[in-house]
Amino acid sequence: MATAEAHIDVHAHDDHHDDHHEQSFISKYIFSMDHKMIAKQYLITGIIWAIIGAALSAIFRLQLGFPEADLGWLRPILGKWISAEGALDPEFYLALVTMHGTIMVFFVLTAGLSGTFSNFLIPLQIGARDMASGFMNMLSYWFFFIASVIMLISLFIETGPASGGWVVYPPLSALPQAMSGSGLGMTMWLVAMVFFIASSLLGGINYVSTVINLRTKGMTFSRLPLTIWAFFLTAVIGILSFPVLFAAALLLVFDRSFGTSFYLSEIYIQGEALPNVGGSPILYQHLFWFLGHPEVYIVLLPALGITSEIIATNSRKPIFGYKAMIISMMGITFLSFIVWAHHMFVSGLNPFLGSIFMFLTLIIAVPSAVKVFNYLTTLWKGNIIFTPAMLFSIGLVSVFISGGITGIFLGNSAIDIQLHDTYFVVAHFHLVMGAASSFGLLAGVYHWFPKMFGRMMDTKLGYIHFWLTFIGIYSVFFPMHYIGIAGFPRRYYSFTNFDAFSGFTDLNMFISIAAIATFIGQFIFLFNFFYSIFRGRKAPANPWNSTTLEWTTPRVPGHGNWPGEIPKVYRWPYDYSKPGAEEDFIPQTVPFSQTMESNLPHENDEIALEKEMEAEEIVVVDANKH
Amino acid sequence: MFGFYIALAVFLVVAILLLIFRISRLVNVVKGTGEETTKSDNNFNAIMMVVFMVLFFGLAGWYSFANFDAYDPPVASEHGELTDKLFWRTMWITGIVFMITNILLFVFSYKYRYDKNRKALFYPHNNKLEYLWTGVPAIVLTWLVISGWMAWDGIMSEAPEDAEQIEIMGYQFQWSIRYGGMDNKVGDYDYRLIDAVNDHGMDMSDRANYDDFKNISLVIPKGKPVLLKIRARDVLHSVFIPHMRLKMDAVPGMPTQFWFVANKTTAEMRVEEGNPDFNYELACTEICGEGHFSMKKIVTVLEPEEYEEWKAEQKSWLSKNPDFMAQVPEDMKELALVTAGINE
Repeated sequence: MATAEAHIDVHAHDDHHDDHHEQSFISKYIFSMDHKMIAKQYLITGIIWAIIGAALSAIFRLQLGFPEADLGWLRPILGKWISAEGALDPEFYLALVTMHGTIMVFFVLTAGLSGTFSNFLIPLQIGARDMASGFMNMLSYWFFFIASVIMLISLFIETGPASGGWVVYPPLSALPQAMSGSGLGMTMWLVAMVFFIASSLLGGINYVSTVINLRTKGMTFSRLPLTIWAFFLTAVIGILSFPVLFAAALLLVFDRSFGTSFYLSEIYIQGEALPNVGGSPILYQHLFWFLGHPEVYIVLLPALGITSEIIATNSRKPIFGYKAMIISMMGITFLSFIVWAHHMFVSGLNPFLGSIFMFLTLIIAVPSAVKVFNYLTTLWKGNIIFTPAMLFSIGLVSVFISGGITGIFLGNSAIDIQLHDTYFVVAHFHLVMGAASSFGLLAGVYHWFPKMFGRMMDTKLGYIHFWLTFIGIYSVFFPMHYIGIAGFPRRYYSFTNFDAFSGFTDLNMFISIAAIATFIGQFIFLFNFFYSIFRGRKAPANPWNSTTLEWTTPRVPGHGNWPGEIPKVYRWPYDYSKPGAEEDFIPQTVPFSQTMESNLPHENDEIALEKEMEAEEIVVVDANKH
Repeated sequence: MFGFYIALAVFLVVAILLLIFRISRLVNVVKGTGEETTKSDNNFNAIMMVVFMVLFFGLAGWYSFANFDAYDPPVASEHGELTDKLFWRTMWITGIVFMITNILLFVFSYKYRYDKNRKALFYPHNNKLEYLWTGVPAIVLTWLVISGWMAWDGIMSEAPEDAEQIEIMGYQFQWSIRYGGMDNKVGDYDYRLIDAVNDHGMDMSDRANYDDFKNISLVIPKGKPVLLKIRARDVLHSVFIPHMRLKMDAVPGMPTQFWFVANKTTAEMRVEEGNPDFNYELACTEICGEGHFSMKKIVTVLEPEEYEEWKAEQKSWLSKNPDFMAQVPEDMKELALVTAGINE
């Protein structure tokens, strides 16, 4: 059925795709069903969230780096959360940490990254006019928007936003008497997350069905760019794991509002013994991490896909080990579902289960290592052009290595006893997941900006932005390893109570300065981004001499992406610097019959198939005419 | 006024930067360059890769060795020596991988920077290489996993029979510590019996409770197994003694435990550290609310003889709170009086 539709779509173009019906402002920019506009909506919303999320971290870094400082000047923004003496409220500190995590993980690196690039690139790179369901796609964005509004409002309510850490473990998150953030703020957190999950599912289902059903002629799975493989697998992970978070949140709502005891048992708080018995806080942790761990790969895989594409293009070389890349991503996808309990080694989990999860966790390091080696070999003997996108991609590989390696410590349950919930963990996941995914996001923006807005971003500002960010990220997170090995626990408002944690004030100060400088450095990007949308130099249709389909569209692709027929695909996406070829790239749309000089022996066999394909089409077109 | 000057300075700096940007752009437009990656830009970035690498490894290497003692806390438990060994073994192996891969990344970036007279090598795959770098990490990781698993299995095994039983209960925002007493058994509790005085909810129908005593800090013997029976009464907490390499969550409704053997007394550690004020500390590592960062307990490790002496001096909780005799069932009152040491 779907193939038939795609077929019609391919051939019926002449009849209705050339007439441009003007759209109203609302249907073009607001309730748009065009995947490119929705992608931009996600991107801009994601950028706004990133600024907010990073600003929150700048505030708590002030507290950690300069605990004695007078923060009175923040009172216009934070109001009563700054005490009369100019100190940050300890509970609001936790709220900042919590909201920073929630915003960055879900609103920036899930919605901002997948939402932008899956939406933008899937139809363009597989050769489709739009998503399988434009309407669902629109709903997906607007559910995300509602989630965003609710989450944003929760920052400003009197009792403060959710403050139990981004994992919102009960009983802390279930009992308003345990902390004020667990009151209305937590309710709003849960409601926002429910909308967010709905949005994520609508998007994910759309991505999967589009990739499966709407590929253009010749675009087999073995010819998909690695970006599409990454987005596809990411969507699969999301569809399978987000419902479990939904379940976890729903049971938490029941415990909070309807007196059930899923997570609560034997609690005595504020001079009162609660009636709940029989529940288990560990149950919540299992449910949460069943999403929470795959979530790491939901934010990481798209970044790795984007990087694969950019590194191949700018090394002027095919990505090394295309099949191995796909197999490792599939391996990561599968394994991501069976490693969750490594977050719970010291939660009181049965130690035997801990051993099992240690084995499974360390297996997942293998496909990750394979990916790194493949990136390195792609660079080897390449002809590397340092566009800002390429710089961020190389940066991604570096932080992915540095952050990935510490995972081998934490995945080992015996070593994790000491390191769990210390700054070592903070360093680990900020490098491997936070920085790596952010770099992927930024690389993607620099690389596809010309196709999104038809203009180029400023390269020099891009370089300054990259070096500031790269040096900044390492300055912030590398020192945290030392603090972590020294045992400093995370989510501490202040370390002065403990002799064991009284050192490293200089290093904490350094980290804070680096963090705030890196944050300010991002405004260079923001300026470049918004300036270039309106004033950037006009981009050529294919500025990076890339092979994939999106670059065969006009400078600014309109509704339906290609003005004429959707191009057909004849080859894989990585024919860069092919021996014998005149140019150093051969687009996917060039048939083997036109590149006799560079064809490999087995590719000459494909020519016969191409001829068959074309003959078939003539028959179909003829049949349509009658 | 000070704020105004800062705002003005920021405004001026931003304005100057924007001006520079605008001028350089116009120059580029006139010269017809700008957006394309030029050769000098490309070389600049290639060189920066190497500069970054040297600076990064230089600084990280220097800091790691110069400040080793500051970030490597001394270890004071038997299992901690084992996990430390595993930690440093993993550090060496992964450290080498970290160095090699990062160096290759930056050096390749530099060495293979764009040259219009050169063509990149068309090298799409090599299955032997893929097998190699799937196999080798798999073998190394297996070795790390197995050594980690053996250590974990030992640490998490059943506590020895003679282990000192000590209950530690977390609540917002403090720890409460209760010893098994003469029978070395921590008595039953029921959270519904908790009140301002009986903060552990000790159940007076269990005879094991009569000799239990509480203490303001955690006092343990050196060289003898100690079993911490861990619980929480309101939200999650987590027991963390950095020097003992010990951590375990405290969960309401689900008691957990951790047994270990301390192998350096506080006094020995004071000498070793050259710090007469040194104390072992116990901290909370699971976010539990406003006072999370202040849940501190001092841990004192004594020589076994000192410990026995100290323990013998402790008065039972019941003897300090004789009102609770009323909760003791009739037929056990006499036993309670004797075990609690009330009528001595």
